[in-house]
Amino acid sequence: MTCKTDSSSCGSGGSCGCRSGSEAAAHDPVDAGRRWFMKAAAAFSTTVLGPGVTLLAFAESDAAHAKPADQPVSSKQRWGLLIDAGKCQDGCTACVTACSTENGWKTTGHPETDPQWIRKLTVTSPQDGSSFSMPMLCQHCAEPPCVDVCPTGASFKRADGIVLVDRHICIGCRYCMMACPYKARSFIHEPLEDQKPYAPRGKGCVESCTMCVHRVDAGGIPACVEACAKTGNAAMIFGDLNDKNSEIAKRVATYRTTRVRADLGTEPGVYYQNI
Amino acid sequence: MWMKGSWPRLVVALALIASVMAGTLAAPALAGPPTPAKGQGDKCVAPTDWMRRNHMKGLMHHRQRTVHEGIRTPQFDLNRCIDCHQVKGDDGKPVTVSDSRHFCRTCHDYAAVKLDCFECHASRPGETTTTGGLEGSPHGAPGAGDVASLNRYLEGAGR
Amino acid sequence: MARITFQKLDDHSPAFWGLLAMHAAIIAIGLGAFFYMEHHGHIVTGMNNAVVWGTPHVFAVFLIVAASGALNVASISSVFNNLAYKPFARLSGILAISLLVGGLTVLVLDLGRPERLTVAMTTYNFKSIFSWNIYLYTGFIVIVAAYLFTMMDRSVSKSGKATKVMGWTAFVWRLALTTGTGSIFGFLVAREAYDSAIMAPLFIAASFLYGLAFTVLVLLTMCRETQQELMGDEMLYKFRNLVMIFALAVLYFTAVKHLTALYATEHHGVEAFILRDGGIYTALFWIGHVLVGNILPIVIVAFLAGQGKLLTARQGLAAASVLALLGGLAFMYVTIIGGQAYPLELMPGMQIKSSFLDGEVAQYSPSLPEVLLGIAGVSIAMLITGVAAKVMPFLPRGTELEHKAA
Repeated sequence: MTCKTDSSSCGSGGSCGCRSGSEAAAHDPVDAGRRWFMKAAAAFSTTVLGPGVTLLAFAESDAAHAKPADQPVSSKQRWGLLIDAGKCQDGCTACVTACSTENGWKTTGHPETDPQWIRKLTVTSPQDGSSFSMPMLCQHCAEPPCVDVCPTGASFKRADGIVLVDRHICIGCRYCMMACPYKARSFIHEPLEDQKPYAPRGKGCVESCTMCVHRVDAGGIPACVEACAKTGNAAMIFGDLNDKNSEIAKRVATYRTTRVRADLGTEPGVYYQNI
Repeated sequence: MWMKGSWPRLVVALALIASVMAGTLAAPALAGPPTPAKGQGDKCVAPTDWMRRNHMKGLMHHRQRTVHEGIRTPQFDLNRCIDCHQVKGDDGKPVTVSDSRHFCRTCHDYAAVKLDCFECHASRPGETTTTGGLEGSPHGAPGAGDVASLNRYLEGAGR
Repeated sequence: MARITFQKLDDHSPAFWGLLAMHAAIIAIGLGAFFYMEHHGHIVTGMNNAVVWGTPHVFAVFLIVAASGALNVASISSVFNNLAYKPFARLSGILAISLLVGGLTVLVLDLGRPERLTVAMTTYNFKSIFSWNIYLYTGFIVIVAAYLFTMMDRSVSKSGKATKVMGWTAFVWRLALTTGTGSIFGFLVAREAYDSAIMAPLFIAASFLYGLAFTVLVLLTMCRETQQELMGDEMLYKFRNLVMIFALAVLYFTAVKHLTALYATEHHGVEAFILRDGGIYTALFWIGHVLVGNILPIVIVAFLAGQGKLLTARQGLAAASVLALLGGLAFMYVTIIGGQAYPLELMPGMQIKSSFLDGEVAQYSPSLPEVLLGIAGVSIAMLITGVAAKVMPFLPRGTELEHKAA
């Protein structure tokens, strides 16, 4: 039997695409798959998220929002970050290392062409020489210029505010990189191998911070935030800006925060304190 | 005149015939149909006949919903296909798509259909996320790499 | 008014075949360069994460801008009813299409994933000016082709009405096209060097100049090939005047762009970079764009060429055209690459430093494959024009050169 000549129970008409629901449901395994999923989702939320909530202290209020895996993300959430530059230590690159390990991007010693989803910025005042350190990454704008200019719609904003590149339809024109005020995006200049299963990336496409979307969808927090907490600095908080009871929303409402290049009207989802 | 004009055509025709013959001889057809590696679980996410013809539609549908809407259901999750259908190489580790024994390649080579997924996607199961915190998540690439066992585990845990 | 007749190239000199062969060879080399870059990735180019658009884009935008300008002559004849330009309207149309195809080819072959061109053609984000441009470009080709048909079809061209309608459509369309191309840069709020509405009119003025320069050079080449005088003294004079007007317009918009920017303190950094401290970019701006591209052409046609002067009017126009095109490439280089080399202002008023080279002027030096691909774009345009002139009557019938010489 070959793939080509094998006679299928579907017949040769090819009428049983995955869209014809009734027909597909008639196949036991598909149906079983769905049932399996429902159980799994229930089991998942009780066994996995339970401990997760206590483990991930900073995501306490947010983990409760972990959506069922079969539900689309909604605009009820607006995921964001709050970064306190006052707690961010000079020379500490825990967030950068964590991001690189998590998502599989590496530096090859050519900073001009290497990807950098997140980087440490040293900001110095030319007047008095005072300086501070802060991580710079995709700002996950509410009005992202990269999304506006992308010709194919590969650059897009999810309903929950996370700005992503759909690498399946990115043609590598790099207009988004021209448009981004934060230099947050990088282009993959070389062929890659051994990518992380949950962070696909390849030559010829543009990429940037995904806010660890694979973790967030599972009710987790971004790798950088987690790593920052582990160092004890705890300069980064992740959470739902729309949820008034979340730690991040409370802090944004209480303290004076800054958003980088807010003058451009991009409405970043990343807030900074003490910059 | 006629002879003169037809020479190039003759050359082209001969070249064509030669290339077709060479292609026929080199084709894997003589080696028989492919026998892709079996998955490790009890059954696939859909009937095998259906999968043979339509797996790309399932993957495409899933990809659209996952990337844009964050829907991460297990059926047609490429990572799960990779996990379940992994083929061990000589070193005991799962082979990548650069190895002709790779599950996807066995058929795609035979059918001469270009495989584009693995320019970006990992073609073998990865380790769990190193920074921790997410072990056991449905997306953190199950270490066991066995959907069926995960299935049984979750079903048991749910009761 | 004498009846205008047209001809196709049918009596070929070795020089004609030589020229075609040369362009074909350059295109082949350019394609080789493309495959090389496509195989290894953009790591083998000079482009990087800061200068994301390099030499291919310099050539591509240059050709696209020139394409819309090449339609000038046809527009003057159909839209503004100037009969003197009518003999050149067909050539102007085909040249416009050729230049656009050449530019687009370079643009497409520089994509990170060129094999996904079908994606670009089928998936649109209508808020992107790039998407509008895909329509503007393909529409331009279709409209100019239809315009050519109304000029060249015996029955349709008789009344002249259809030509007039299509002429107007093409005219409006090409203004939109150059506006769109200029706005690719003008709409980039993040880049200080670009963020200005004046990019669009500046690009339109530049397109007039480059398009005219290409038209003149192609006509002069065709004169040689047909052994006929295709451009009479009257036309020489008209083209000469146009070169001056267009070059002055480019200078004017360039001056306005930089003067307005200089007025605002926040732009002093980027202006100082382009105008004073930018090294290669400053040199290319003043020597390439301003001097070679605009002032020299004006000086040559106004003072150095004509009867009893250093150059003949014909030589003067040819020299001015070549210089204008070289200056055009310099202008594109300064605009596209210089604009990216200047660091982004992440923290206005503060100095920034990072492992990602924030706050530093980005380094870029063109690699050979990029340059070859870019030049291949010009050759594609020239090859199409040459072949078109051979298969269809795009060229006016002129007076035999022997008469003139005698």
